[in-house]
Amino acid sequence: MENNTIIQFKHVTKQFDNDPPVLDDVSFEIERGKFYTLLGPSGCGKTTILRLIAGFTEPSKGEIFFNGKKINDLPANKRQVNTVFQDYALFPHLNVFENVAFGLRIKKLKNAEIHAKVKEALSFVNLSGYENREIREMSGGQRQRVAIARAIVNEPEVILLDEPLSALDLKLRTEMQYELRELQRRLGITFIFVTHDQEEALAMSDEIFVINKGTIQQSGTPTDIYDEPINRFVADFIGESNIVSGKMIKDYLVEFVGREFECVDGGFDANEPVEIVIRPEDLEITSLERGKLQVRVDSQLFRGVHYEICGIDKDGNEWLVHSTKKAKVGDEIGLYFDPEAIHVMRLGETEEEFDRRIEIYADVDRHGK
Amino acid sequence: MENKLTRNLYKIPYLLWILLFVIVPIALVLYYSFFNIEGDFTFTNYRKFFTPVYLQMTLSSFWYAFLITAISLIIAYPTALLLTKTKHKQLWLLLIIVPSWINLLLKAYAFLGIFGTYGIANSFLKIIGIGQQQILFTDFSFVFVSVYIFIPFMILPIFNSLNELNPTLIDAANDLGASKWTTFRRVIFPLTIDGVKSGCQVTFIPALSLFMLTRLIAGNRVITLGTAIEQHFLVTQDWGMGSTIAVFLIIIMVLIMLMTNTKKRGV
Repeated sequence: MENNTIIQFKHVTKQFDNDPPVLDDVSFEIERGKFYTLLGPSGCGKTTILRLIAGFTEPSKGEIFFNGKKINDLPANKRQVNTVFQDYALFPHLNVFENVAFGLRIKKLKNAEIHAKVKEALSFVNLSGYENREIREMSGGQRQRVAIARAIVNEPEVILLDEPLSALDLKLRTEMQYELRELQRRLGITFIFVTHDQEEALAMSDEIFVINKGTIQQSGTPTDIYDEPINRFVADFIGESNIVSGKMIKDYLVEFVGREFECVDGGFDANEPVEIVIRPEDLEITSLERGKLQVRVDSQLFRGVHYEICGIDKDGNEWLVHSTKKAKVGDEIGLYFDPEAIHVMRLGETEEEFDRRIEIYADVDRHGK
Repeated sequence: MENKLTRNLYKIPYLLWILLFVIVPIALVLYYSFFNIEGDFTFTNYRKFFTPVYLQMTLSSFWYAFLITAISLIIAYPTALLLTKTKHKQLWLLLIIVPSWINLLLKAYAFLGIFGTYGIANSFLKIIGIGQQQILFTDFSFVFVSVYIFIPFMILPIFNSLNELNPTLIDAANDLGASKWTTFRRVIFPLTIDGVKSGCQVTFIPALSLFMLTRLIAGNRVITLGTAIEQHFLVTQDWGMGSTIAVFLIIIMVLIMLMTNTKKRGV
């Protein structure tokens, strides 16, 4: 376990002058060979984490370890990490071959070795035969691949990717998501990927860190984070959600919009105020009588894969529904959902408290049944 | 139709300018270069240019212009690099540019005072124990003052190209293992070479034909092509020879401009 950790942050804070900290007491561990995603809105500090790992900036407080060694003061050019930059940062005065060979030439490898490695790296990113092209002759997607080849050719232990897909169009982006994921599996190197696109994060990662306002809100596998968001921010940021306030009557029974519903969450105080999350795809359109909720259809958008329907209940709460069935604007419809669809969030709970509570009530669950 | 007419109207000032201040003067210079001092048509001026006197003058012009350009570059590049890293870079740049707005003659006279026998420079040398030296009317003072005058013109294009350089490229080089020096050598310098080229152009070409400074600061010990032209027109009244030298200067300038021609790169 210990030697599987490659990067470790211990209480790292980054602050510029007297501004509020960009990163506030952040601690985490990165394991070897996994695909990590740092996800958050712009300005949340995710790129700062990347720059700290790469060595472009130093922490104001705290320690950063790489393979167990403290690297706070190690300059970027001495670190076993390579970065794929958001704007690719390819050298415009060098051709594709020389761009990829840049790191190898600095290491003063023999020419034959450089040729072999560059060739291999370019074939990894499906760019064989493009060696002599100038960068300005390459399309956005191709530049992206050159940037990736330039990073992997150095055989680093960790590759950092700073929103590398944000400049590509949707189709290319989806393609590159598959390719990146595939590349990471083949190479077995740790990837740390920064993005503000939650779909990208869910699709590619082994592990996601959701970051907001300089702190890690939640970390876990994509399914963990999607199914069990710990607070309103995470629930809202990852996927779309309906969030309403409610009250936990007792374990497995929650009250919201004036009614009681059976649910699967526990470990709360009696009558504790909570927030309820229901994902739009867990709401099913049905007849008024069968529905657990009754709403009036306010608007409907066709999204291709599904309809996005916005309904309003009698208390004025908005309910977002993703459904393959069509509704008619102005109609009264019923919405049905399973007890499992309700996710209850304790107010102001941190990730550790959340994990502890889950463990306790999961135990109770097992003994009880 | 009217569009075409207005477009042609706009061209008039430009064409007039080119005609009056570029084409006519060059044609006149070329015309005069074929006449000797008596006003007879001749090629002797051109033959005379290839005699050792003028060839040596050309060589010495080149040498001084090269020296001035090289020293300016050596000082200007690090200065520009430093400037781009300061917080109020535009302000610092302005402070460096401001002296270039002052008349050249005034600056030359100022240096006469500073470098003179009883000037500040000599007082300083006395204090530190080196003693009084002849500073004025030496190669040193000529090159020093020329460099001082040309430095803003060298800094400006280099500063601009450094300022346009994408800072992520430096991060990228660093990330790929390049030390500060390697990053400079393999990324920063090659990407700002256009600025260096235009800086050299705007320094080397005027330096080639400097004449005021050669008299005031160098006391006519340094004779460049510029000095020769001035002397032929104003002293010997041999306009033909003066024009011939001017023709060669123009040819040299065009060649230098072609050689340092900056190719625009994409990306």
